[in-house]
Amino acid sequence: MIKFRSLSKSARTGITSYSIILLAFAILFPLQNLGIINHSISGQLVPICTYIVMALSLNLTVGFLGELSLGHAGFVSVGAFTGVIAASSLQDKVSPDPLRLVIAIIIGGIFAGIVGLLIGIPVLRLRGDYLAIVTLAFGEIIKNIINCLYVGVDNKGLHFSMTDIKSLGMENGRVILNGPQGAVGIEQIASFTAGIILILFTLFVILNLVNSKAGRAVMAIRDNRIAAESVGISITKYKLTAFITSAVLAGMAGALYAMNYSTIAAKKFDFNTSILILVFVVLGGMGNIVGTIISTVILYMLPELLREFSDYRMLIYAIILILVMLVTNNDRIKLIRANASAAIMSWLRKAMSRTKNQPKGKEDAHNG
Amino acid sequence: MDRMVPYPSNSIVPERDVDKRPVLETHHLGIDFGGLTAVDDFSITVGRSEIAGLIGPNGAGKTTVFNLLTNVYQPTRGDIILDGVSTSRKTTAQINKMGIARTFQNIRLFANMSVMDNVKIGMHNSINQNLLSAFTHGFGYRRSEKASRDEAMELLEFFNMEDVAGAEAGALPYGAQRRLEIARALATHPKIILLDEPAAGMNPSETAELMENIRRIRDNFNIAVMLIEHDMNLVMNICEGICVLDHGKVIAKGSPDEIKSDAKVIEAYLGKKKEADNNA
Repeated sequence: MIKFRSLSKSARTGITSYSIILLAFAILFPLQNLGIINHSISGQLVPICTYIVMALSLNLTVGFLGELSLGHAGFVSVGAFTGVIAASSLQDKVSPDPLRLVIAIIIGGIFAGIVGLLIGIPVLRLRGDYLAIVTLAFGEIIKNIINCLYVGVDNKGLHFSMTDIKSLGMENGRVILNGPQGAVGIEQIASFTAGIILILFTLFVILNLVNSKAGRAVMAIRDNRIAAESVGISITKYKLTAFITSAVLAGMAGALYAMNYSTIAAKKFDFNTSILILVFVVLGGMGNIVGTIISTVILYMLPELLREFSDYRMLIYAIILILVMLVTNNDRIKLIRANASAAIMSWLRKAMSRTKNQPKGKEDAHNG
Repeated sequence: MDRMVPYPSNSIVPERDVDKRPVLETHHLGIDFGGLTAVDDFSITVGRSEIAGLIGPNGAGKTTVFNLLTNVYQPTRGDIILDGVSTSRKTTAQINKMGIARTFQNIRLFANMSVMDNVKIGMHNSINQNLLSAFTHGFGYRRSEKASRDEAMELLEFFNMEDVAGAEAGALPYGAQRRLEIARALATHPKIILLDEPAAGMNPSETAELMENIRRIRDNFNIAVMLIEHDMNLVMNICEGICVLDHGKVIAKGSPDEIKSDAKVIEAYLGKKKEADNNA
């Protein structure tokens, strides 16, 4: 058997993150189908999955590329509304729900990617925090554009307007996007299974990218830009690669997220949402994939679990955030934690070799 | 040591390189920072297999010359011709692709990555891997990764570093970090490698090993070497052509023997001689 600890760090990250997701699916899927978990939690399963994808994709920009993005919700928004428009207009043409969902997710990803490209080309050439400023503005601009966008579909095709429904000029058409009300009459075709598949896809893309020539180039740029340039790495090209990949994945998550609700408004994807995703990434650890997944689940569920504190809910949430930040950044606590985990590991290994009571087991414990 | 002969007319290269096109030429290169002229009228020629030295007192503009050659700074005046092609308006990355690799005075490794990954990043432009295979880990991914791993390992073996391939680059001892930086630069398949104070902070035995390594680099990889160094023992021992810079200007060019006895060089390093010394 290959020893887990002897594997490379990236292989361990891959195995750990895939198994967490698959294990969660194996436990929660039957529970959800049998109706054992209560309704409020089972309703959160798809949003949690999509938030994990949003956080993982933002981690690509913030953790692996080392650029700060404050408008990640903007890409989610682009993906959500283009996805909804795609799904609604294909309602009669493509009948299987899962297929329509896949098409919507792909279209959401493509459009978010195009927007990412348009933003990235001018901004990623610059050094400094310009990306943060521009993405911050972009998030707000997208929100306001969608707020006054009207989209409808009839048998002639899609109709767009920036004024009102009447000016769409439809006959017997359906309204998909109704200005400030957002998308209305969405078919709720999102499912927990789709969410898990999207997370697995995201992990596949990110882990593969990180362990490739392109991924090494991205991390080289983050670690030492001048050295990266000196070995012939084109800075703009690889910054764009990482940024667009991040935008595409965010757009896919947005499309799936929107399909989980019957209506969804643009103000759902505002600055606060961008910051929320950023908090998941920062507390999970920049560039840390397993940490991002865990922190997203915990921090997303926390407000739900704190519901009984009603008014003090967000106060407690904030205090917990601060405490986590202090604990994860305090060297002394880090040392205590490292010692504790080392002690637990050695105890476990001893216990295991005792139960096995074989020379090989002992050897393993010694080497491991 | 090879006799130095003029090429084309006002420069000198080792005899064996005379018939070949020089790997690097600069013509009247200069840069101003605001009103300050950091380097002026810098013209040199480096032969295809030459080990060239760039020396001078602190603040003479030696590292600035390296930054000009790699276009970290855009030259205000003059031309750089690399193997017959001008490098003007090229980015640092493009110049590296054209054949100039370098190391840095203050080591710039990718400290959090493994030694192997540092070398692989150096091989960036020679690894045949597109984005599709990067995202899917199919379509030739394994083949390209294996090829790059093998080549990186060969380079590490050249520097006796194969045992630390998996170690974190930042955790290596100082001398090993310097060697790794050279290995990473060589991984880019350069025609000329620029070494910025490769012996800084090394003890005599490490310096001796470095000298041997620099000769081996020139002979095995068939490239030219240009180095900035304050260790005169090293410079005088391995460099064939030496250029002395003071206050941004070339004050002397020639073989080590010529440089050692050049009055201007002695003045730049030791100050002006007294009348009495001159007469003695």
